[in-house]
Amino acid sequence: MGKIRQRLYFIAVLIVISIVALVPRNVKQRVIDPQSGQMRDTTVRRVPINLGLDLQGGIHLALEVDQSKGPVPDCADAIQRAERVVRTRVDEFGTTEPVVQIQGRCRLIVELAGEKDPARARGIIQRTAFLEFRITDMKNQFKDALPQMDAALRKAGVKARSNATPSAVAQLFGGDTSKAARDSAADANSPGVLSSLLFQGQLPGEYLVPAEQWPLVDSLVQRPDVHAAMPRGIELRWGATEESRGARSYRALYAVDSKPIITGEELTKAVARRDPVTNQSIVAFTLSHRGGRIFGQETARHIGDYMAIILDGRVQGQPPVIRGQIESNGQIELGTKPLQEASDLALVLRAGALPAPLTIVDERTISASLGGDSIHDGVRAGVVGIVLVILIMIGYYRVSGALAVAALTLYCLFTLAGLAAFGFTLTLPGLAGFVLSIGIAVDANVLIFERIREELVHGKSLRLAVDDGFLHAMNAIVDSNVSTVLTALILYAVGTGPVQGFAITLIIGIAASMISAIFVVKTMFLIWLHRRPDMVTLSI
Amino acid sequence: MIRLFANANYDFIKWRRFAFSLTGAIMLVGLGFLATRGLNYSIEFTGGTLVQVEVAHKVPTGTIRSALDNVGLNGADIQNFGSDTSYVIRARLNEKGDQGDAGTQAVASAVGRALDQSVGPGQYRIERREAVGPKVGRELQGKAFLAILFSFVVTLIYLAFRFEWRFGLAATVATAHDVVATIAFISVLHLEVSLVVVGAVLTVVGYSLNDTIIIFDRVRENLRKYRRQNLYEILNLSINETLPRSVLTHGTTIATTLSLLVLAGEVIRPFAWVMSFGIFTGTFSSIYIAAPVLLWIEKRWPGEDARGARTLSTRTPAAPAATPSTAPAPAPSPRAPQPTR
Repeated sequence: MGKIRQRLYFIAVLIVISIVALVPRNVKQRVIDPQSGQMRDTTVRRVPINLGLDLQGGIHLALEVDQSKGPVPDCADAIQRAERVVRTRVDEFGTTEPVVQIQGRCRLIVELAGEKDPARARGIIQRTAFLEFRITDMKNQFKDALPQMDAALRKAGVKARSNATPSAVAQLFGGDTSKAARDSAADANSPGVLSSLLFQGQLPGEYLVPAEQWPLVDSLVQRPDVHAAMPRGIELRWGATEESRGARSYRALYAVDSKPIITGEELTKAVARRDPVTNQSIVAFTLSHRGGRIFGQETARHIGDYMAIILDGRVQGQPPVIRGQIESNGQIELGTKPLQEASDLALVLRAGALPAPLTIVDERTISASLGGDSIHDGVRAGVVGIVLVILIMIGYYRVSGALAVAALTLYCLFTLAGLAAFGFTLTLPGLAGFVLSIGIAVDANVLIFERIREELVHGKSLRLAVDDGFLHAMNAIVDSNVSTVLTALILYAVGTGPVQGFAITLIIGIAASMISAIFVVKTMFLIWLHRRPDMVTLSI
Repeated sequence: MIRLFANANYDFIKWRRFAFSLTGAIMLVGLGFLATRGLNYSIEFTGGTLVQVEVAHKVPTGTIRSALDNVGLNGADIQNFGSDTSYVIRARLNEKGDQGDAGTQAVASAVGRALDQSVGPGQYRIERREAVGPKVGRELQGKAFLAILFSFVVTLIYLAFRFEWRFGLAATVATAHDVVATIAFISVLHLEVSLVVVGAVLTVVGYSLNDTIIIFDRVRENLRKYRRQNLYEILNLSINETLPRSVLTHGTTIATTLSLLVLAGEVIRPFAWVMSFGIFTGTFSSIYIAAPVLLWIEKRWPGEDARGARTLSTRTPAAPAATPSTAPAPAPSPRAPQPTR
């Protein structure tokens, strides 16, 4: 009995894990706000199975470097630059979790779930990248103007969403708060809407906004009344990525000069390397002759200032400080940061300097309604298929068949949980593969049951027949399943999106069927025999 | 309890010549179709443009076709897709592929203009649009070919590792038969060959192999169990013993593929066709290709357990399965216990 209990515990643990993997949960999605047209984060409660583009609708694009107007020597580098550029524009697509990845060496894959307009997507992707260097707001003009902006917002009736205690805000804000303090004295109990959301960063002109608040802040600073209070010659630019400080993650907001000191056109080369003497990661860059002259003048005026590197309107990394006059050859020191970060920055610089013309080699658009139909039809076919399999199994094997059907339920649960837990994508062929695998999944049980019948015909006792039936069928089951997994692996290696989904479903399905058809059914048999020791004929 | 084909004792192998001729004839027809009509490659493979539209109310196909001619898409073909109001328009790239990547995009917008003319702007909805450049298509063709080839090699290696090379070779021949038969079937039905259909062919390969392995596994076991019978008898015995399993498993699989075929919609239908056919050919080839080929191989290159060689010369009728001990006993050679192969 102890053996049975152990098996039951194991099965129970598997079931609990599977259910946990499938419980609808809050998933953060970035969607376009219909009112403002801005991206914002929402949380949606849904079963965590990713649907492929063919099921939820969307656009799949494969891009390569355009070689029609002369060969591009290093397509791998060009495609990496393009990937970097497209990544910084991810927000503009207005879709949930767009996929941007390099396939092979020289191909870029962009997948936009839910996007309907291929022309718009192409426009965003193929637009030329724009790189510029700008000095950050060294005189804290933006911070000084914050009270006016708060006042403008107050006048417009915008209230802070949370009633944060004003004292805490003031402390967090830090630094020179005299002006803010004086201003808030007039309206003592309500802190400024905007200033309460901004925390002073490490350098002048850098502010940190809690990651979940940045869409709100973005919409606030774009209001015309706030814009009017913005100091002349200062603009705001968001950091490209969220960064975590302690337990929370923030997005940086930079106040920068509205006039760039130089743009990417003047940049001719940028490479990352490690300084052999100081062992620091550095990015060495070279400017054109003209660019070197301008850059020399500007850097001479701004020694000690911070210079933001902005690609497509997004500040990349933390702005480095200008140590001295730089002409044609300069370098950006990243200190002890890993070389990977330097390579990434060098890539950003090259991306802005040498735009890679991209051509679309493969474009697929599927409407959401077609995807919805596919889900509907696929699920219907699956249900009918399962019912047929259940009828066949119970009709032929009676009680044993019912056990197999119970195991089949677990099989479905395990397979779906496997898809969810490993974050694989369910596609239409995957759905078909799942339906198909239900038919194949009972094969293991059929093999075992037939074997038990044979052993019974040979006159073995019930117990022995069951044990031997499982044992002898095992060889055939393992061999046949391994061969199917091998073909599925090949399919995965060769296929693209939908077909890979099919291969994955097949592989997970086989793993799940090994557990459910062999282990679970064996446990049921053991319990059955244990409960009815006097049983002489098996319902099989 | 219901028992289908319990204690069956059919002489399957006896009919091998007939089966060979039958499958040979079917394949000849299929290859005839293949030679004259070729395969209906999807634009994934040829490169080109596909547009699937759903129109608000039914429009004669001819109207759309003439509108397509008007915008210069003479080679485009148009088909109903599932329902009356759903059309698929395909424009393949020409042989040279000189339209290039920009060409497929241009065609896609030309199809839009043609639809505006014939159906009227706003009267249709584009459900699916694919524009595949010539390079991607060529790559995919190569990949699909490699995949099928590679699956053979891996299969052969795995079977040689699990059984021995004679079994592996026989199983591979049977699988090759299935691939050829399936391709012939695809050609006869003029199914569109997409990557998903190639996936179906590979699944058929896996399924057929699965079936062959089940029988070979039994053959291996019976070879150890019944020392006095020749390979011919053992093959028959093994096929008969696994017959109930074959009927049940193929039954459940057919049930699911048929429900896919009927219910799962137009997009997945070619896949379901190929799978449904593949189950038949896989079953057939496990019995009538794999087993006879194994017999033939054992005759040509007798293994250490060369009972196949004796088979064809003596041609003993199959002994009843249940009474192996009473089978006519050829001089039992004193064999050492066989190492596991």
